[in-house]
Amino acid sequence: MKILVPTKRVPDPATNIQVLPDGSGIATENIKWVINPFDEIAIEEALRVKERLGSGEVVLAAIGQQSWQEQLRTGLAMGADRAILVLSESALDSLGIASVLAKIAADEQPDLVIMGKQAIDDDSNQVGQMLAEMLGWPQATFASKVEIKERRCTVVREVDGGLETLAFTLPGVITTDLRLNEPRYASLPGIMKARKKELKEVPAESLGVDLTPLLKVKELRAPSKRQAGRKVASAAELVSVLHSEAKLI
Amino acid sequence: MSEVLVFAEHKNGHLPKTTLVALGAGLELAAKYGTKCVAVVAGDGIEEVATRVAGYGVAAVVMLEHPALKNYVADAHAQALAALVKELGVQFVLASATAVGKDLMPRLAARLGAPMASEVVAFGDEGTLIRPTYAGNALATVELSGPVKVITVRSTAFEVAAPSENAAPVRKVDAAIDPSALKTELVSFEETKSERPQLTEARIVVSGGRGLKSGENFKTVLEPLVDAMGAAMGASRAAVDAGFVPNDLQVGQTGKVVAPELYVAVGISGAIQHLAGMKDSKVIVAINKDEEAPIFSVADFGLVADLFKAVPEMVEEVKKLKQS
Ligand SMILES: Cc1cc2nc3c(=O)[nH]c(=O)nc-3n(C[C@H](O)[C@H](O)[C@H](O)COP(=O)(O)OP(=O)(O)OC[C@H]3O[C@@H](n4cnc5c(N)ncnc54)[C@H](O)[C@@H]3O)c2cc1C
Repeated sequence: MKILVPTKRVPDPATNIQVLPDGSGIATENIKWVINPFDEIAIEEALRVKERLGSGEVVLAAIGQQSWQEQLRTGLAMGADRAILVLSESALDSLGIASVLAKIAADEQPDLVIMGKQAIDDDSNQVGQMLAEMLGWPQATFASKVEIKERRCTVVREVDGGLETLAFTLPGVITTDLRLNEPRYASLPGIMKARKKELKEVPAESLGVDLTPLLKVKELRAPSKRQAGRKVASAAELVSVLHSEAKLI
Repeated sequence: MSEVLVFAEHKNGHLPKTTLVALGAGLELAAKYGTKCVAVVAGDGIEEVATRVAGYGVAAVVMLEHPALKNYVADAHAQALAALVKELGVQFVLASATAVGKDLMPRLAARLGAPMASEVVAFGDEGTLIRPTYAGNALATVELSGPVKVITVRSTAFEVAAPSENAAPVRKVDAAIDPSALKTELVSFEETKSERPQLTEARIVVSGGRGLKSGENFKTVLEPLVDAMGAAMGASRAAVDAGFVPNDLQVGQTGKVVAPELYVAVGISGAIQHLAGMKDSKVIVAINKDEEAPIFSVADFGLVADLFKAVPEMVEEVKKLKQS
């Protein structure tokens, strides 16, 4: 079983994000870059599937700059077998990213793609679904449980009002939700081994995919800040202000 | 023709508030561009709900029918909608950013080769769209190009469509679906049963966090307050991860986004990912024993106290009020 895991590099979720005064982006000095947390869950799940089956290959993919090697090495240290870094200096939109991944999938012929449901920087939640459509594959998004028997894949999904179970025959695309698993840390031997694993760099232009973005970010602005109010002394006072002042109860 | 097509999601014939918000946003967008807003209802045997959608000010309703659309599955719905979008020649396809909207619209966008903006909170000038990024720490102004554009909207950011006096015409369309391309089987749905208001529809939301310490405490300590206030119940990720409450109660960047009249955060620290889901609430109340907790920086009224003492006291006070 070959599993493709697309990943993205994002600011650590604990980062205090500052929008640049000219609106061109966010301040990037002092940012710690990490693998998108949902993608880490995807890597973990792929490794678990491989471990359960006793054989297989986990291939990471990313579309970004040279510096993204660092996060791919972390994924390799967790246990992934090899990585592909598609180098692109320009900003791609979700359609562009999905097109590149579709090309990689066509070349690599994975049995399964597992990826994060959303990147915590642009919060778009689009690429997995787009990739599934481009490949003509089934999709199971927001997965909280994955079971694979032979070529049959059963996925429990977190949806409005409860949990939904979908099934499909491989190949397919799964996107991960928070409760699918808890990702492992890279071990020291893992980190040593990762240095020798294959990390192939491919220029995006060489793929023959149209990368012209149809979505352009024109400006970023900081949202208006909410002011802190006041403290109340007791539960009775709280209920009383909500009743007489805020007129809410 | 340049129209706005709204995907009117329904749950077993019921129209949730999120759908009425999508219709409201679609009407607003159409008014901005001086064009018509058309709604599509997809399913099998959906005449009644389609007729109801026709009563919300749209120019027309398309009833997209096929046995394969009986239950929501992404591949069948994306196929059928893409064919309809091409037939109608619409400029915008819009849905609410619900679990279904999030699952379906990107797939539809890819099928149409169209760009998509997720969780739009406002329509800007010159065709731009405003959407939050970085867990709400930045508002991005984005521009989509191409003949068709796909949008999901945040249900907290737009008004619901108002009922109209006249009903729009309803047209039935047999959906174009290639059954050989349907590869997903819906096995089951485990519904979270609750008598309480829906999280995304309630006027008051009371949410609990890790501070509650157990699912049992949610029942015995928090739920009495939820019910005394006639509220919907929410939770932080930590509370959901720990299994205290079901997943669909999670409020935040990667859960539900709510903006009720009153949001009460109990034993929640106020991590940025949680704030992303509730900071647009009209009034925010925080109860936390740590006076340094970040939740207090967004709270209109803060109570520094042990929740196990404060919450039962609140329940008593609310009950007294209701009796008087
Ligand atoms: C990728 C990603 C996505 C995320 N998405 C979300 C999301 O959508 N929603 C979300 O909520 N979180 C999300 N998180 C998690 C978020 O960062 C926080 O970890 C989480 O919100 C913390 O939950 P909490 O406030 O309940 O727990 P804690 O941070 O542990 O806070 C518990 C609070 O309870 C208080 N407390 C304890 N005992 C008492 C008592 N007896 N009386 C009064 N107060 C008490 C404590 O002082 C503390 O402030 C996400 C994180 C990541 C990395």
